[in-house]
Amino acid sequence: MSPQQHIDNPIRGGRKSAAVFITLTLAIFVVVLFLPLVTVFFEGLRKGWDLYIASLTEPDAIAAIQLTLLITAIVVPLNTLFGVASAWAITKFDFKGKSLLLALIDLPFSISPVIAGLVYVLLFGTAGWFASVLDQTGVQILFAWPGIVLATVFVTFPFVAREIIPLMQAQGSDEEAAATTLGANGWKTFWAVTLPNIKWALMYGVLLCSARATGEFGAVSVVSGHIRGQTNTMPLHIEVLYNEYNFTASFAVASLLALFALVTLVAKTLLETQFHDELAAQRHR
Amino acid sequence: MKAVATAHGRTGPRFRFREPSALPGFWPALGFSVFYLSAIVLIPLAALVLRPWEIGLSGVWAVLSDERVVSALRLSFFAAFAAAVTNVVFGLIVTWTLVRYEFPGKRILDAIVDLPFAMPTAVAGIALATIYAPFGWIGALFEPFGIKLAYTPIGVYIALVFVGFPFIIRAVQPVLQDLEREVEEAAATLGAGRLRTFRKVIFPAIAPSLLTGFTLAFARAVGEYGSVIFIAGNLPYVSEIAPLLIVQKLEEYSYAGAAAIGLAMLVISFVILLVSNILQVALTRNQKA
Repeated sequence: MSPQQHIDNPIRGGRKSAAVFITLTLAIFVVVLFLPLVTVFFEGLRKGWDLYIASLTEPDAIAAIQLTLLITAIVVPLNTLFGVASAWAITKFDFKGKSLLLALIDLPFSISPVIAGLVYVLLFGTAGWFASVLDQTGVQILFAWPGIVLATVFVTFPFVAREIIPLMQAQGSDEEAAATTLGANGWKTFWAVTLPNIKWALMYGVLLCSARATGEFGAVSVVSGHIRGQTNTMPLHIEVLYNEYNFTASFAVASLLALFALVTLVAKTLLETQFHDELAAQRHR
Repeated sequence: MKAVATAHGRTGPRFRFREPSALPGFWPALGFSVFYLSAIVLIPLAALVLRPWEIGLSGVWAVLSDERVVSALRLSFFAAFAAAVTNVVFGLIVTWTLVRYEFPGKRILDAIVDLPFAMPTAVAGIALATIYAPFGWIGALFEPFGIKLAYTPIGVYIALVFVGFPFIIRAVQPVLQDLEREVEEAAATLGAGRLRTFRKVIFPAIAPSLLTGFTLAFARAVGEYGSVIFIAGNLPYVSEIAPLLIVQKLEEYSYAGAAAIGLAMLVISFVILLVSNILQVALTRNQKA
């Protein structure tokens, strides 16, 4: 190590410590992240392509895939709508209790998914607060798709809001005020001024929300009832197959979700690198 | 809307719910947000807070002092703590490498850090159970020594390390990136050794974000369910986690019992979050002083 190098990179040290740090990091990545990822595809394809395809095309698997898509298609727009509405109220206006509202939006992140399922059982279960109302009207929430939607909405609640609120806060409301002064109504101001400013952050939030909604397990498992072919989402279907020692089929379905997770990561990275400035105000957690 | 605007137009010391603004849409946006928040989060959580007491204080105490519940809560919190500590070590090494060194494939590694966020917990769960089972890729390495990883508390810990992996890295990375090299260089020029520079210059700067990441990883791990139950073996008193007990109470239709455990988890978590926040404030103040 020459003295010159020492001045340039006082902390980095020499090549030797670089090698040590990079090797350690690679080892951590291999054990913690790559092994599980590889295992999913390895086990899924282990008994050949035919069985893999068969596992994905059997009726229960297809029902699970359809249910997962349906749930995601309902949950993500709902939470997006909430994200935009709450962000509009919080970032464009000053009112009492704003910070309380902000804190409450983040609340579901610090709650166990199982508790997220539990709270809806306490409301809609056979001994739930609203059990008699549900009995009279014949509406079924638990052990049916509405319950799965509610539990999934709960766990993905903050995703969109927390991506766009910091950004809209940083952008302020001058542009919107100008548009309104020039005679644009609220909707027009939102579509023409606000939305273009936040579209990439919004997309980022929608992406994270979809990924979580598709893969949610704990909350959904509490409210779904595990009815095969009816209320089993993909993660629940994976669990059922695994507990029946049908490992290959279980990993085959799991590999679909893992693939979706990888696509999410790629899309997320692209958004971060391409539109860094437009996402700038957000904090990664 | 109009009436409200005129009411707010008046000056004086009156209580004002909101400051006047030229922009429309406040009431619809706030109204929908509050309604949605109440329906999805607040009313359901009210049920969690109120329902345990249906069995009375003594009933709640009976549930929570049950040996099996106590050991499950202990396991959930201790394993989460151990996993978060492990992730502090892993996180420091990985963040340091990602921020300070250039090497091929770095961008890919950086992107894949978030895998545990993106990968569904059940998928991670069955993969980890397979790897660490006695005949799995890693489990088989330990088997000859009589060490079992999966289906023991160690399995719970392993799953929680996976789940909490990204939190510390994502919290510390931006701070370490913004840390001014000049300060370190000055310390080095003044004769501080590398370890000393780390201890005196870098560590104090990243400590608040390290604590943030630690707390997030810990909070997430305490409530984690999907990735744990496959690898844990779920042996009562040994490798059974608290969220699993909630599920079991529900299967026995003991709503109040399930709610009691859930509420206990929530209260303990909030106390820990509170302590962390207080520490956070102290750390930041220290740094500024």
